Amino acid sequence: MRHGRYPFIVGFLAAPVLLYVVFVVSPYIQAFYIAVTNWKGISANPQFIGLENFSRLLDDEIFWAAVRHHGVLLLVMPLVTIVIALFFSFLLNLSGGQRGGRMTGIWGSKVYRVIFFMPQVLAVAIVGVLFQAIYRPDGTGVINGLLGKVGIEPVGWLIDPDIALLAIIGVMVWQAVGFYVVLFSAGMSSIPKDVFEAAALDGAGRFTLFFRITIPLLWDTMQVAWVYLGIAAFDAFALVQVLSVDRGGPDNATTVLPMEIWRTAFNFSKFGYASAMGVALFFMTITFAALTLRVTRRERIEF
Amino acid sequence: MSNSAGTPGDITRRQLLRRIGMSALIVGPGAGLLSACATGGTTPAASTSAAPSAGGTISAANPFGVAADAPLEVVIFKGGLGDSYATEVHEPLYKKAFAQAQVKHVATQQIAQTLQPRFAGGDVPDVIANSGTDLMDNGALQQEGQLLELTELWDAPSIDDPSKKVRDLVAPGTVESGLINGKPYLMNYVFSAYGLWYDSALFEKNGWTPPKTFEEFKAFAEKAKAAGITPFAYAGKNAAYYAYWMILISAAKIEGNQILLDVDNLVDGVWQRDAMKQSAAAWAEIAKYMDKSFEGLIHTEVQLRQNQGKVALYPSGSWLENEQKEQTPEGFKYALSPTPSVTAADKMPFEAIRAAAGEAYIVPAKAKNPKGGLEYLRIMLSKAGARGFTEKSGNITVVAGAADGLKLSPGNASLSAAQTAAGQNIVTFSSFENWYKEFETELRKQTNALMFGRISADEFCEKMQKAADKTKADSSVTKQNRTV
Repeated sequence: MRHGRYPFIVGFLAAPVLLYVVFVVSPYIQAFYIAVTNWKGISANPQFIGLENFSRLLDDEIFWAAVRHHGVLLLVMPLVTIVIALFFSFLLNLSGGQRGGRMTGIWGSKVYRVIFFMPQVLAVAIVGVLFQAIYRPDGTGVINGLLGKVGIEPVGWLIDPDIALLAIIGVMVWQAVGFYVVLFSAGMSSIPKDVFEAAALDGAGRFTLFFRITIPLLWDTMQVAWVYLGIAAFDAFALVQVLSVDRGGPDNATTVLPMEIWRTAFNFSKFGYASAMGVALFFMTITFAALTLRVTRRERIEF
Repeated sequence: MSNSAGTPGDITRRQLLRRIGMSALIVGPGAGLLSACATGGTTPAASTSAAPSAGGTISAANPFGVAADAPLEVVIFKGGLGDSYATEVHEPLYKKAFAQAQVKHVATQQIAQTLQPRFAGGDVPDVIANSGTDLMDNGALQQEGQLLELTELWDAPSIDDPSKKVRDLVAPGTVESGLINGKPYLMNYVFSAYGLWYDSALFEKNGWTPPKTFEEFKAFAEKAKAAGITPFAYAGKNAAYYAYWMILISAAKIEGNQILLDVDNLVDGVWQRDAMKQSAAAWAEIAKYMDKSFEGLIHTEVQLRQNQGKVALYPSGSWLENEQKEQTPEGFKYALSPTPSVTAADKMPFEAIRAAAGEAYIVPAKAKNPKGGLEYLRIMLSKAGARGFTEKSGNITVVAGAADGLKLSPGNASLSAAQTAAGQNIVTFSSFENWYKEFETELRKQTNALMFGRISADEFCEKMQKAADKTKADSSVTKQNRTV
């Protein structure tokens, strides 16, 4: 039994580990190396220039604009998504009262579940193209067309520097909510129904059920959601690329780090500097994930 | 190799040697074999004009000494221009001159994917239309010694008038537009003109004429606005450069082409010269008539609005008519107007247009029949070749007067007339768009900010000067220079 067990395990692990090392770990390590060179992506012999790329980052206003935007994204996007998703999944799973000893959702919840999940199965490029039409800045846009019917002037959703980033965040939230509704639904269904029964018998209303029972028992799932959404907030590349004015505009109002990394590397042929931005992004993401997991750690409730 | 010595196919052996990268060494068939082994594949192919001629005799009709029986391979990008101009015009013309030659035609939409491996392997065609989204980087090809220098072509006698050189019978700036590191490597063939495009039928109906000065432009804008038409518009989302072309053209009309050379050369203070400020201010004034929503549209959306009669003047190049072919309604007649004069003291007249040669054709340095490649380009630059190209592709070439008497589309007829009216008053092209991408990105950004009213002309010039200074001081950017 013991004999031949290790080769068996190693045989299974070797291939994925190798793939992971080749396609994930080694590019990361190379990026760290490229970040201290002036490589242009063409010549075969990049020169070592030390930390010059990083000191250059310090007074690159576009870099800092992108970092600020990640800050906004990180504050707004996960919070709004989680609040909406929690609300919806509560409605879908628990708000319909008891039937046959089980908590049920509101009427038609199965249909809603499919509808909420729909944006999640759309490729992000398709979402981008859809929202091009929805946000179109003149009267032919979907939203502006409706506003026009009630006599409101067209809003420049993506061309007004003050609201362009919020408009893009709106798309991210719209796309993400469905997935987290499903995630939270799964979490809610794993909460034992006697807990709800007991609370209901004690006279708890829906409000109390939600805040006193559901949320504390869902904490682990919400923590996971927060980390996922936070990492997504460090991306946003595809939507910015497709939706924003001249990729990150107007006036840098919507640019994000992946956008600038892509531009710096492939348009400006500054792979070294782009890698330095990538390394900065790497540390931001890691810091965020570690902080979130640490700060939100609570005692696990066993049931 | 030993068996090739006895065979009559001199070409076979030559091909074999070239495939292993020794092309420049085969001066005499015998000497080549010995010396070839010493330097092997490292011979830089940049020693282009020294490439061996395939044994054809040089004559007035055959200035490059093309071997009459050497096969020729032509790779054409089959995009908006099609490839019938090659199969039905240029290749038959070549066959006519060299009846024994085999001409192989390859059409592709993916030049790089088709040819990159062949360049790496050393088995390259003789002529390439290097165009399309997937074109190969000409600068990189030149650096790798893969491009044949074309000085010989430009200095060769023209087919139509052997007393003149090829370079003297093409539009001004054609040769210069194909320089890399100061030497000609690209034959830019299609003539494009930039200016304001409009529907001459719509203008006729309303009794309008395109404005000749910016005062007229403003008066025109009021009239168009009253008629419910946007007088001037461009697409901010992805085509801000259409607008900065106009600003640069006007600046050049005020001060002369020197200002555009200085912009390319990152000369100190060039963006804050009066010409630039006046030009930016003049265009920003006109942009006020444009709805803010245009910043969120892409070029095809704005072009469609022009086809629908909602936009009067649109800044673009002469490919516009072809690009919009499917959308253009019956009765819509594209016409080109030069950009209006800014001041009464402009160095260049109103008629001056920016015109530049585009669509590069190249001859690989390691081609098997480079002389044939040069001859093919010389045929393209003959009147018969150019005329056939215009007939088949609907585009005007750099060959002066080649389209005379042809029945042209309204847009091309207008372009041809504008070209004649402009004469030697040609606003030069800009090289910074290829040289300094980061600077160019900043210019797009600030152009949108200027044209959609977020910054003033002075701020625009100040910010662009700062961007130019930053590029100049950036040690990681290789600086280029141009004198013409």
